[in-house]
Amino acid sequence: MADTATHAAESSPAPAMTHATHAATPAASPSASARPAPARIDPYRLRTDFPILATANRFGKPLIYLDSAATSLKPRAVIDAVDAYNAEYSSNIHRGIYEIAERATAAYEAARASIARLINAREAAEIVFVRNATEAINLVAYSWGRRNIGRGDTIVLTEMEHHANLVPWQVLVQEKDGDLEFVPITDDGLLQLEVYEALLHLRPKLVAFTHVSNMLGTINPVRELTEMAHAAGALVLIDGAQAVPHAPVDVQAIGADFYVFSGHKMLGPTGSGALWGRRELLEAMPPFMAGGDMIREVHLRRSDWNEIPYKFEAGTPDISAQIGMGAAAEYLMGIGLDGVQAHEQELTRYAMETLRREVPGVEIYGPEAEARGGVVSFNLPGIHPHDVAQILDRSGICIRAGHHCTMPLHERFDLAATARASFNVYSIPGEIDALAVGLREVVRIFGR
Amino acid sequence: MKSSAYSGAERILDPMDDLYRDYILEHYRRPHNFGVLDTPTASYEGSNPLCGDRITMMLGVSDGVVRDVAFTGRGCAISQASASLLTDEIKGKTVEEVEKMTPDDLLDLIGIDISPARLKCALLSLDTVAHALADMASKQDGAEPGPG
Ligand SMILES: Cc1ncc(COP(=O)(O)O)c(C=O)c1O
Repeated sequence: MADTATHAAESSPAPAMTHATHAATPAASPSASARPAPARIDPYRLRTDFPILATANRFGKPLIYLDSAATSLKPRAVIDAVDAYNAEYSSNIHRGIYEIAERATAAYEAARASIARLINAREAAEIVFVRNATEAINLVAYSWGRRNIGRGDTIVLTEMEHHANLVPWQVLVQEKDGDLEFVPITDDGLLQLEVYEALLHLRPKLVAFTHVSNMLGTINPVRELTEMAHAAGALVLIDGAQAVPHAPVDVQAIGADFYVFSGHKMLGPTGSGALWGRRELLEAMPPFMAGGDMIREVHLRRSDWNEIPYKFEAGTPDISAQIGMGAAAEYLMGIGLDGVQAHEQELTRYAMETLRREVPGVEIYGPEAEARGGVVSFNLPGIHPHDVAQILDRSGICIRAGHHCTMPLHERFDLAATARASFNVYSIPGEIDALAVGLREVVRIFGR
Repeated sequence: MKSSAYSGAERILDPMDDLYRDYILEHYRRPHNFGVLDTPTASYEGSNPLCGDRITMMLGVSDGVVRDVAFTGRGCAISQASASLLTDEIKGKTVEEVEKMTPDDLLDLIGIDISPARLKCALLSLDTVAHALADMASKQDGAEPGPG
């Protein structure tokens, strides 16, 4: 195992995700080659930061967690940040004129600043706290969408969207009598850029796509897609749920208009998330929910909205979760996202090689390792992924089985379901070896 | 009957907790009553969209008795073995008896410990049969409208 990890260190680093290469993209960013080699991360050392990795299942097998794309594990720093709020300064924010309330407000706003730094937002005020990526997309669909999408207006999506970046737009265009168009994907799981270009001739108002596919792992060329959309006069929303914790993300370099992500997939607590939007856009948008904290002045028959981001944060938020998300952002920046990306890409390559070599008949979906994030979806011939997951569970191995909230994408590949292994900073080659052994056992059980 | 949830101690003592016993896999690989009926009196396609399990149940009912039954489908071993076992069980039973079958009856028939996450897979077959019979009943009601 260690061998593989050492060997991995010698291969060249992947370009940052903002400059992701693509089959149809001739050149990566020129700056990519000028970059210094990323600092390696040491997953074996990082593992000691995650208390859950010391636990065992009902048969005494250690946890082998390969479902980080669903939700990530939480490091001690995040757990402690949440605990500290609850144990030491539990109080409401933006209100109290006493010590612990001021501390809570400061911690909450510091989390916002950390998250702004994580994605290189111009200012913290451009970060709106939400419960998760889904809520962030709904916020834009309701607030921006209802005001800007009308009869006959087009929104362009892709065939690889998570339901979270599909259904809110369906609801919107049904209500407003608009249209949805979809960028199809190749059999390798890459967007068909020539069709995208053609769809842009329809002059869409909005283009929304995922940065990294949660099923295929595809890293989309977000900068190029954004430039093309802007040239056609469309705004761009990027679903970064599977990108933010896995590689450096720079929303200014990408040039997007909205960027959304969930705290719980980036080592933070459930119930935390962020919408980033350009100030001018957020300022022009009406509130999403109404109530306390989102107003400047309230009269009986009308109110004045608060400034951004508070205009979008009605009611008491999940304070401890957002503070935990801030701690997660600091943790990730502390270990270095270039290194995280290099680590996960090596691991993904190792996983694809190992499964193909060790597991007879395994079918892996999506692009080759160069063009994908830490997600490997696969099937064993004639065995339903639920059965695969159930048998692996005995060995303490956690994978995802199902459609991963991408039913249209599964339909595109004529699949009822897939099994999926996904990685994070704490994932190691030994876990992939265990997966391969487990899968051979599945094949043996079903073949007997 | 066996408890269907994770009943901790029992499972920890039984590390082989064999969900995939030979007879389950046998029913999955060579399901009984797999196929179609030419003229079913009742049929229904049930699915668990979450898992992608799909079962179409076809029943041939006469004089209130299920005389023939067939199913097609695709999905996990649990859902397909359950359908195979269930079709064996209900063939020859009266409609009334079949309608009275409970999830626990089916779980007993399957005879393995089903975790909560897999209950939907295990019970899809029975659910589909119930829908088929309900459809048949409502069609008969439609054909012979009562006094109301
Ligand atoms: C690509 C993508 N977008 C959106 C989401 C939704 O995230 P959440 O459930 O945290 O809102 C997910 C989660 O699976 C995802 O993978």
